[in-house]
Amino acid sequence: MKAIEMIDIVKVYPNGIVANKGVNFEVEEGEIHALVGENGAGKTTLMKILFGIEQPTSGEIRIFEKEVHIHSPHDAIAKGIGMVHQHFMLVPSFTVAENIVLGMEPKKGFSIDMDEAVKIVEEASKRYGLEVPPTERVLDLPVGIKQRIEILKALVRGAKILILDEPTAVLTPQETEELFVALKNLAKKGMTIIFISHKLKEVKEISDRVTVLRDGKTMGTFLTKDVSEEDISRLMVGRDVELVIERPEPKPGKIVLEVKNLNYFREDGVQVLKNVSFALREGEILGVAGVEGNGQRELVEILTGLRFGAIGSVRLLGEEILGYDAYTLRRKKIAHIPEDRVEKGAALKASIAENLISDRYYKEPFSKRLLLFPRKVIEYAKKAIKDFSIKTDSPLTPVGMLSGGNMQKVVVAREFTAGAKLLIADQPTRGIDVGSTEFVRKELIKVRDEGVAVLLVSADLQEILQLSDRIIVMYKGEIVGYFDKNEGLTEEELGYYMLGVKRHDENKIKEAFAL
Amino acid sequence: MRNKMVLFEVVRTALTIAIALLLGYLILIFATDDPNTAFKWFIYGPISRLRRFVELLNRATPLIFTGLAVSIVFQAEIFNIGAEGQLFFGAVAATFAALYFPQIPFLHVIIVLIFAMAAGGLWAAVPAYMKAKWNASELVSSLMMNYVAFYLGLYIINYHMRDVNAGFLVSYKFPRTAWLPRLLRRYNLYPGIFIALGFAILVWFFLYRTKYGYELRMVGKNKEFARFSGIKVENVIIYSQIISGMVAGLAGAVEIMGLYKRFVWQMTPGYGFDGIIVALLARNNPLAVIPAAFLVAYMRTGALIMGRMTGIAPEIVMMLQAIIILLITAEAFLSFWKKRIIEKAAMEQEEKK
Ligand SMILES: Nc1ncnc2c1ncn2[C@@H]1O[C@H](COP(=O)(O)OP(=O)(O)OP(=O)(O)O)[C@@H](O)[C@H]1O
Ligand SMILES: [Mg+2]
Repeated sequence: MKAIEMIDIVKVYPNGIVANKGVNFEVEEGEIHALVGENGAGKTTLMKILFGIEQPTSGEIRIFEKEVHIHSPHDAIAKGIGMVHQHFMLVPSFTVAENIVLGMEPKKGFSIDMDEAVKIVEEASKRYGLEVPPTERVLDLPVGIKQRIEILKALVRGAKILILDEPTAVLTPQETEELFVALKNLAKKGMTIIFISHKLKEVKEISDRVTVLRDGKTMGTFLTKDVSEEDISRLMVGRDVELVIERPEPKPGKIVLEVKNLNYFREDGVQVLKNVSFALREGEILGVAGVEGNGQRELVEILTGLRFGAIGSVRLLGEEILGYDAYTLRRKKIAHIPEDRVEKGAALKASIAENLISDRYYKEPFSKRLLLFPRKVIEYAKKAIKDFSIKTDSPLTPVGMLSGGNMQKVVVAREFTAGAKLLIADQPTRGIDVGSTEFVRKELIKVRDEGVAVLLVSADLQEILQLSDRIIVMYKGEIVGYFDKNEGLTEEELGYYMLGVKRHDENKIKEAFAL
Repeated sequence: MRNKMVLFEVVRTALTIAIALLLGYLILIFATDDPNTAFKWFIYGPISRLRRFVELLNRATPLIFTGLAVSIVFQAEIFNIGAEGQLFFGAVAATFAALYFPQIPFLHVIIVLIFAMAAGGLWAAVPAYMKAKWNASELVSSLMMNYVAFYLGLYIINYHMRDVNAGFLVSYKFPRTAWLPRLLRRYNLYPGIFIALGFAILVWFFLYRTKYGYELRMVGKNKEFARFSGIKVENVIIYSQIISGMVAGLAGAVEIMGLYKRFVWQMTPGYGFDGIIVALLARNNPLAVIPAAFLVAYMRTGALIMGRMTGIAPEIVMMLQAIIILLITAEAFLSFWKKRIIEKAAMEQEEKK
């Protein structure tokens, strides 16, 4: 039986962008179906239509071979559709059980029957093979668990069709493996799963069939075993994509950044950085591996002047810069691709052009004395849009109307062209397609070879291994592993350090600083 | 596509006004036996005589200033609603400068205007500083400052500059060198409206053609982003309020220099709050402030003329005004139609490809 048929779906957004141009999409009951395509191809839009967040301009939807109109997520849930968004929508201060039963709480009088809630969760947890700690608060749980909670949330609401929008972007290989085992299990029980990812290796591994979208149109649906990664990316992009990136030997120069005994206590007293020490030279890439939430975010914010109150020493080309604000550090030529493009990296209501000059608007040719020259700004933006292949029809489009990956490209375009001495790249390719990932990675190597010191923070181990000349691994605010080159290092091996299973001895870790 | 959207906005505004007028007419039916005459004066009154048209221009003038002032802070997402106090205090400072500074032709006017701007800016700086220093809500502190401006201003005027020979509580008359002179012999047209139009262009230029304007807008669009990019957000928060205060300070000064030639207010004139309405209608765009101020001034003038000619209370217009503002600012009004225009245009474009 066909679980989903979306026929001739057209979606025109209020700004006139046609995100889906007659998409046909069919999913069989009980299969794992991958949906792939470049940034802005219309994947999220199609899924939002299926989940009732957006309304199609025209087209027909059938669920289990019955024609339906889905007006809201509420509707979608009633029809057995569940969606796990890329950014989790959990209440951090609630327990796991509270989150899962949110909005459908079992009642005892006027209050929530907590015992019953826990029972529901435990049962579901066992039935679907997704282990979670029902009474713990979500706040402190690792991302992998949070994701399971999201999936359970959909399942206890009776989902028979599960949509996962880029679920693995933030997971370690081990967590990804566990997720895949669970998903395969669910599929065996008859669950229909739609899986969106830019990681083709995962698509190959997990899916039964794959549908490729390009520019709002269906390029075809294939049995996954019949197509290779190269085939898929060619279909997506329309050209051959290099999945392996050349990394010539680094030629490191003088030391640019020295971090020594950096300690930081969060407002609530928790120590999130413990004696972090490392050094970074021009012309090399230092990879910072780690599961999200092990101090990387705080480290990056301290180094870029967005977080204050750390103890220790940070030197940029010999000058002590700890405690300087972003204004000063930007002028000392630190560029920063932030982990969060929506909150920090971009102003969604401002145009692409305005976003591209936010760190250099006061310099020529954009400005002279008081004046700003919009024509110069737009000219410049047009070029950047072309150079970084940002998908849009005008530099005046607000960034908020771009697809996730294209927003990231705007941020990347700005920071790569900042003329920096130190580039701090925090998850630079999160959520961008294979073609653009290739582009960004090549660009990182290019700026490295031009003598920029690059600090690469990433949860994507493939990325860390592909690009880094040296690697540090962070776990619970400490550096627990140091690799002075990455030959022969595997994702699995790194994963053990990231999960705190293995750690190097003190002397090895000290080498990260002593160059 | 862009042209179609502009056309859409124009049609939508026109339709909004038509609907509001229709409602206004319905209200008049209940308020009077002769709604036609009343309605005629309301609509036609402000343009029926040159004198009345001048009245309209003069009424629009302070609204343009305060509309601009509010637009500036709103663009920075700062809710300083102290324009009322700033203009009141600006007028007091203008009175001081007009009465006590040397009466050098032309220069005197400039000095008075500068005083008004400085006073308005100073007044706005207080909530700005309190916000930057102690994170005090500018909404509350600017509102409080309105009261302080009012009572302090009245005190200064009544105890130090009051003309005891005049029958009312007013200041001494300004010397001629501090007047904004009449431009037409028989009509009370003074250059205020031109200064206001000039400032609209100036503020537009500031916001869209200078780097400080850019900073201000980016802070308004996303403060974290601005900070991340290396913009000194605290500075922007302060200077945007000061500049706004300077513009607001002019609203009162220009009016008293042109219309009354002395300080006459024993109540705050309300232009500061009208400025919020104007800025809302104009969506904080300095150039759109001009028609928005005219629209509000037109309704007020029409209502007053209607009142004069028929005896209907001008307060009726407050209702109309509220309806128009609601309809214009309601994004959803006629949005189905907008959607259809966009969809059609987009699909046509697709087919061309
Ligand atoms: N709310 C919106 N308003 C206007 N246009 C939008 C909106 N959301 C998406 N778009 C546009 O629709 C197109 C498809 O976007 P969509 O988010 O579906 O892409 P995607 O395939 O999920 O891409 P990504 O891999 O980057 O997440 C893009 O060109 C985007 O700019
Ligand atoms: Mg997407």
